[in-house]
Amino acid sequence: MHELSLTQSVIRIVEQEAARQGFATVKTVWLEIGELSSVLPDAMEFCFQAVAAESPVAKGAKLEILRVPGTAWCLDCAQSHPIAQRFDPCPACGGHHLTVTSGEEMRIKEMEVA
Amino acid sequence: MCTVCGCGTGPHDHHDHDHDHHHHDHGDSRLIAIEQNILAHNDRLAEGNRAYLAERGIFALNLVSSPGSGKTTLLCRTIEAINNRYPVSVIEGDQQTRHDADRILATGAKAVQINTGKGCHLDAHMVGHAFESLEPANGSVLFIENVGNLVCPAAFDLGEAYKVAILSVTEGEDKPIKYPDMFHAAAMMVINKIDLLPYVDFDVEAAIAWARKVNPDIVALPVSARTGEGMEEWLAWINEGRRRARVVSP
Ligand SMILES: Nc1nc2c(ncn2[C@@H]2O[C@H](COP(=O)(O)OP(=O)(O)OP(=O)(O)O)[C@@H](O)[C@H]2O)c(=O)[nH]1
Ligand SMILES: [Mg+2]
Ligand SMILES: [Zn+2]
Ligand SMILES: [Zn+2]
Repeated sequence: MHELSLTQSVIRIVEQEAARQGFATVKTVWLEIGELSSVLPDAMEFCFQAVAAESPVAKGAKLEILRVPGTAWCLDCAQSHPIAQRFDPCPACGGHHLTVTSGEEMRIKEMEVA
Repeated sequence: MCTVCGCGTGPHDHHDHDHDHHHHDHGDSRLIAIEQNILAHNDRLAEGNRAYLAERGIFALNLVSSPGSGKTTLLCRTIEAINNRYPVSVIEGDQQTRHDADRILATGAKAVQINTGKGCHLDAHMVGHAFESLEPANGSVLFIENVGNLVCPAAFDLGEAYKVAILSVTEGEDKPIKYPDMFHAAAMMVINKIDLLPYVDFDVEAAIAWARKVNPDIVALPVSARTGEGMEEWLAWINEGRRRARVVSP
């Protein structure tokens, strides 16, 4: 369950931003979680409620997770393709010369604060 | 409070309840863009650990595997083979017990145990604090035995030079493709327990081929921590890493 420690990192960032930017509470946190990352959104939401409850800033906040689909650039066919898993072969040519271009994100994107 | 990482004794020890918690919505909420990597905090602490190690010319390896692949056995055997030619220390990560640290201490090397409780991996913060009690010697080799788990430790940089994935022959040769993140993150794959090859259907070549699919540059090294087969190459690789770590440090 490393979603727990990732969630703690999210709350830590929220609290740091609260101190830096001078807001008291956060109402919604938007995360961008790539479909190729090792994060389970359900587990993250589950952990978020528990961890946020302990934070004066994030208490009661809502978590919104935006999934980013995986895409990779294939060197052999010089095209971008959707991929479902990080080490899948190229769906067009079957080759393995792929560079992941999106889908590995684990980012805080935005917050609604008051 | 810790001056390096900013941690207090507890996660929210500053959380006294004398201030007003009744926040009413006055419709004055606003949106702010953050664009921060969730792992940024860990990565920053890992860079701090890396700088600490570089200053002291310490070569650090992060050993990752599923439970029971033979990490501690390999470490004990490695420490015996190094035989005090240079100092070695070990950070042991397990959810519970000090068994593994005690096994290392019995070899005469320095060791500290980190118990992660429910945590499924070591993080850079825990390792940074372990340095304080371990005080690894200048020019030494530091082994960090991560929690037995082929998934989560892949995402957490500890400040090591390399991750080393240990795969034992009783686990099946397709693990590198089933748990690709770990084998992608590792510089070396040690295939352990090769003394058991006559008794299991483990195809060493196939395991290496799977690993190269997710990581074309991975170094593969079959060993037996029990019989000592393959240990010279493993020790030579460690020696080379240690030599480079010392060259880089002033
Ligand atoms: N036959 C054989 N058994 C081994 C070898 N290496 C380790 N073992 C055995 O495998 C079992 C697990 O070894 P450990 O060294 O405790 O494994 P570990 O990876 O440290 O385990 P955790 O820390 O619990 O994840 C023990 O019974 C060892 O004796 C080997 O090369 N050959
Ligand atoms: Mg062990
Ligand atoms: Zn986990
Ligand atoms: Zn292609």
